[in-house]
Amino acid sequence: MLSNISTFLIAIAITFMVIRILYVMYSTSKPLCTMPSRPLSTLIVLGSGGHTAEMLNLLSVLQIDHFSPRFYIAAATDNMSLEKARVFENSLVDKTEGGKATKNPQFMQIYRSREVGQSYITSIGTTFIALAHALWLMIKLRPQVILCNGPGTCIPLCVIASIFKVLGIRWSSIFYVESIARVRRLSLSGLLLYKLRMADQLFIQWPQLHKKYPRAHYVGCLM
Amino acid sequence: MGDGDVDESSKLKRIVFVTVGTTSFDSLVRAVDTLEVKEELSKRGYTHLLIQMGRGSYFPTKSNSEDGSLAVDYFTFSSSIADSLRSASLVISHAGSGSIFETLQLGKPLIVVVNEDLMDNHQSELAEELADRKHLFCARPQTLHQVISSMDLNSLIPYPSGDATPVAKLINRFLGFPDD
Repeated sequence: MLSNISTFLIAIAITFMVIRILYVMYSTSKPLCTMPSRPLSTLIVLGSGGHTAEMLNLLSVLQIDHFSPRFYIAAATDNMSLEKARVFENSLVDKTEGGKATKNPQFMQIYRSREVGQSYITSIGTTFIALAHALWLMIKLRPQVILCNGPGTCIPLCVIASIFKVLGIRWSSIFYVESIARVRRLSLSGLLLYKLRMADQLFIQWPQLHKKYPRAHYVGCLM
Repeated sequence: MGDGDVDESSKLKRIVFVTVGTTSFDSLVRAVDTLEVKEELSKRGYTHLLIQMGRGSYFPTKSNSEDGSLAVDYFTFSSSIADSLRSASLVISHAGSGSIFETLQLGKPLIVVVNEDLMDNHQSELAEELADRKHLFCARPQTLHQVISSMDLNSLIPYPSGDATPVAKLINRFLGFPDD
């Protein structure tokens, strides 16, 4: 008798969860209904090589006052990205004479799931550590907006953001700009965010990708 | 497109700048350091070769061109290669998008060399697409000297700079911010 009731309750819970997940996937990609009255806290994921350059290029044309406070995050082994972000933020301070009182940007590092060339066995352990670290950071930050453009570091963060959406902890609008280097195929990060419908808006820079990924927004070259 | 600076002794300096970004790309550095490539560059009128070799383990041989050949110098990293790019007459770069676009935006002639040792070589897609559009030349380390000898710099089309504002507008509208 008891086991029947618990089975029934589990079935109800699973049904609710499935409905909730489907609802979240449907609502993702629908523009937000309400006009925000204040700036939105924003998580910006940086990555080695061109990723950070492309991200800073995008940030320089955003109405940056709408996106505050800003949290910059880079992989622990990436030394240059946070430095470049700091330089960018300092240039913003220089531009606003007599500076408005916006909250200070934060710069943080996250463990990588896997280093280039790392064995797959040890990668399982490091991926768990990376996920735990991502979870800790996301619980602390709970950003309203996430901007990312490809590095693997964005995946644990976006997965956790999506789980937060499903659980109703925080609705983060996730914007993913596929790198300009991706002409014919999406990167693994882009593919995951596209197929699992985790990104609210996914932008591509080359027309060849539009046929394969019709739900993506073709925006031309950003650089 | 950008030509050399005139230095104090008013001899025309035409610098070839080679960059591998933050990577290790020994096969490119080796290829550039060969007699073949250096002679081709000399023939095309270049006087100096500056190599940014990144994390590579092959160190090129410095030379101050006493025998009239190419002057060669190198360094590993710098916080910004913008100055080296600006003073170059020709850039030979790995296929990283950062290096490529920084060079194209400065209007410098560019030969991109794809690193075939990298797994999942997505970088070649970008280099090939831009080469198809005649914004740069593509080469492999083994074919570099041929590309240098046969390249017609006048056939290059300037790269029209990109624009990130469409993305900014879409994000703004999505979030419900008013268009300023």
